[in-house]
Amino acid sequence: MSRESALVTADWVEEHLDDPSIVLVEVDEDASAYDTGHIPGAIKIDWKKDLQDGVRHDFVSKEKLEELLSAKGVGNDDTLVFYGGNNNWFAAYAYWYLKYYGHENLRLLDGGRKKWELDARELSTDVADRPATTYAAKDADTSIRAYRDEVIDAIGTKNLIDVRSPDEFAGRLLAPAHLPQEAAQIGGHIPTAGNVPWSKAANDDGTFRSDDELKALYADAGLDEGKDTIAYCRIGERSSHTWFVLKEILGHDNVKNYDGSWSEYGSLRGVPVALGDEPGAA
Amino acid sequence: MCGAVKGGPSLEGVDVENQAVIQGVVTRDGQPVGNAYVRLLDRTGEFTAEVPTSATGQFRFFAGPGEWTLRTLAPKAVSVDNAVTAAKGVVAEVAVAV
Repeated sequence: MSRESALVTADWVEEHLDDPSIVLVEVDEDASAYDTGHIPGAIKIDWKKDLQDGVRHDFVSKEKLEELLSAKGVGNDDTLVFYGGNNNWFAAYAYWYLKYYGHENLRLLDGGRKKWELDARELSTDVADRPATTYAAKDADTSIRAYRDEVIDAIGTKNLIDVRSPDEFAGRLLAPAHLPQEAAQIGGHIPTAGNVPWSKAANDDGTFRSDDELKALYADAGLDEGKDTIAYCRIGERSSHTWFVLKEILGHDNVKNYDGSWSEYGSLRGVPVALGDEPGAA
Repeated sequence: MCGAVKGGPSLEGVDVENQAVIQGVVTRDGQPVGNAYVRLLDRTGEFTAEVPTSATGQFRFFAGPGEWTLRTLAPKAVSVDNAVTAAKGVVAEVAVAV
């Protein structure tokens, strides 16, 4: 994978607005953003309602995904271009999730909804109407998803990257600062994890930094390219952003997203936790 | 809408006592800017959070006690930085003009 195969620009999207094989998909934390205006022709996927199981603490199954994409009019051969608010956090999460279920042609709009808005490009309130399809998902690609036991085993042996803000890493905050601070779990990070906030991979307008800047960022953080890498955050969406950078832009081989992330790890009994700004010992 | 409302969004239902709230309104020539993005940077200048403004130009963060910087990006404007101090149980109101 490379920048060219994984990212598209806002100009490219504007040039392909009338191409029915290109499906724009808006995915937001705040699902109402789509209703106030979206890129013309884009369909909406609700990060919570559509992609989370709702009973089990997990994302929806392969069968539910097939139902969802069939109803939304997405075909197996379509190119899906994801974009959204929050600097593409949830769009990157949806990209990772679709990759997990084997969709071939996936792209992320560089800069997401913010860049589109800051450029003052056209937004529409017309809801896209695509004829229903019969979508068939593939079996899960477990090489890009980490579960908790693998994460615990990775302490001191694999690259662990905590992509939350420094205050969350150190245990001073439990959630991003635009959300009420919940007290249901402890603060801190997984010992030996390096802290490379997802935001360091992005410019202020939400676009990704250059390949050279990204390579330097993770090299400076001590990421050993000879080892497998697991990225995590609080609920797995910001770490999808970093997974995207490492796997899809820089083309690293073995990169997993731990979507259980701190909301799971920070609630486990009996696992080691480090506090403060340093990675801590194994 | 005629002119901007004063201050951030309503705090009805928010447990202010246990939060360090930073909020306010973004205006241009006295009118609210509804499509701006406000980022919260920590004391080292590192990104901590970002929110789009509401239709009435308002925004809110639940921060921790300490020194923060708000960086506001709006269409066709240079970004604007505002320094702010947050404290638990206090609502820090910031008026941002772009």
